[in-house]
Amino acid sequence: MGADFVMLSLPPILVGVLAAIACALPGNFLLLRRQSMVGDAISHVVLPGIVMGFLLTGTAAPLVMVLGAGVAALVAVVLVEAIIRTARVEQGAAMGIVFTTMFAGGVLLLERSGASAVHLDVQHALYGNLESLIWLDATGWASLLDPVALAGLPPELAQLAVTALLIGAFVAVLWRPLKIATFDEGFAATLGLPVRVLSLALVMVAAAACVAAFQAVGSILVIAMLICPPAAARLMTDRLERQVGLSLILATVSAVAGYVLAGHGPLWLGLGGSVSVAGMTATVSGVILAVAALAGRHRRRAT
Amino acid sequence: MKPLRDLRPEAAPGPLPLAVRGLSVAYGERLVVDGVDAVFAAGKMTAIVGPNGAGKSSLLKAALGIVPRVAGQALFFGQPLAAVRDRVAYVPQRAGVDWDFPARVIDVVAMGLYGQLGLFGRMRCQHMTQAMDCLGRVGLTDFARRQIGALSGGQQQRVFLARALAQRADLIVLDEPFAGVDAATEKALVGVLHGLRDTGCAVVAVHHDLATVPVWFDAVLLINRRCIAEGPVATAFSEANIARAYAAIPANHA
Repeated sequence: MGADFVMLSLPPILVGVLAAIACALPGNFLLLRRQSMVGDAISHVVLPGIVMGFLLTGTAAPLVMVLGAGVAALVAVVLVEAIIRTARVEQGAAMGIVFTTMFAGGVLLLERSGASAVHLDVQHALYGNLESLIWLDATGWASLLDPVALAGLPPELAQLAVTALLIGAFVAVLWRPLKIATFDEGFAATLGLPVRVLSLALVMVAAAACVAAFQAVGSILVIAMLICPPAAARLMTDRLERQVGLSLILATVSAVAGYVLAGHGPLWLGLGGSVSVAGMTATVSGVILAVAALAGRHRRRAT
Repeated sequence: MKPLRDLRPEAAPGPLPLAVRGLSVAYGERLVVDGVDAVFAAGKMTAIVGPNGAGKSSLLKAALGIVPRVAGQALFFGQPLAAVRDRVAYVPQRAGVDWDFPARVIDVVAMGLYGQLGLFGRMRCQHMTQAMDCLGRVGLTDFARRQIGALSGGQQQRVFLARALAQRADLIVLDEPFAGVDAATEKALVGVLHGLRDTGCAVVAVHHDLATVPVWFDAVLLINRRCIAEGPVATAFSEANIARAYAAIPANHA
């Protein structure tokens, strides 16, 4: 584990872990509010938003992407409501219609636009580009203390580190209100907690995580990390504090194991080459969930 | 505007714990509460009674600001709720929350301490003692570390009451506290609520069992979208008023 590791493996592992943590944290509350579908929807509609943002401004700057994704999310919300009212279908179906259509529209836009020149193409939308996040300026572990070399780190790393930190602060500061409002919204309202603002803020935080993680790790991993680590952690404990802590550990384990298995797994199986890190990480998180579902003793049916 | 009606001013000095005036609630086009006036006095246990869909829960939720009201106002101790939140405790319907939530009994009771602790206040020994004391009052001391989903319906209802007790409020508002609970819970709930009433607390409960109204409650509000009758059980809870409350509902009720 020397210079090669620091240059080639450390940045993608860190980006993967940070993306997983940024998504899993709000994912815990979405899961308990039975809104995991919302996270799923957001991670899909982000794509057309980002592409539109790029087509309109010609840049893929973070702010443009966040704004584009935000507008797309608003459009999606309006469309879902419109479909529920006009087509008279239930909410889950309406969301399914809207987000798959918008995602597919985003894919078409991507194909017909010049966005692929800046790493916006269908493959990246699904799997991200974790493998390409290498740190060319690194010469070994000592580079971690070298300001010149640090300046050459992939920008995604700093972007996701800030996002994960802000999301962590959001959850830490609003821990009690989030916990109370997630369990019992009516009671929370009588305490004077702004339950609608909290609910909206939670969705916006999840959206921010999706946008920040999207470019680096792709939509498949975003969806997996929003749902799988929290759902698996829920099966292992009956306390919210432990559930959130465990979900972060599981997200980290998935990201690290995903990277290692994607690079070496095929070789260990006697096959050549490697597979997508994002795809492998999502698969690992799914397997962890399956194991937790089979072994977890803490899930009881509400009476 | 005419002043608020105060049924027994001599019995309740100071502002009334809860007074609603002209309160209306609508879900979409449908008016579920229509211009209800009512007062709830300190040191009294008041039942809100009416048929299904009469707007009992909606009246309370609108007064507490949980659902929007289309008209009217609610005053708590003579003030808007925001000014006196720490004097008001609300116990929602048990069926309204997901009991599969990852929390222990003591965690739920501790939610009642939010008014004291705020965002960052540390949960100290005294708070733990207070929460355990509230659990003891509803007879669940031994269940503190159980997962809430593992409790029976009646035990869950008692956990909710313990959470309200932890708020140390002067007005406690309960939505169907006796729905689907066992006899032991019924006894425990009534005992605690009577104890609160006897110390001057105002207790208001949505209630569906007509037979127990005269046994447990001091006052009653009979509603069926509109206010049908209001006052002490002895006078307001008459056969004629009950019949009027449960009579066929006017045509625009879906």
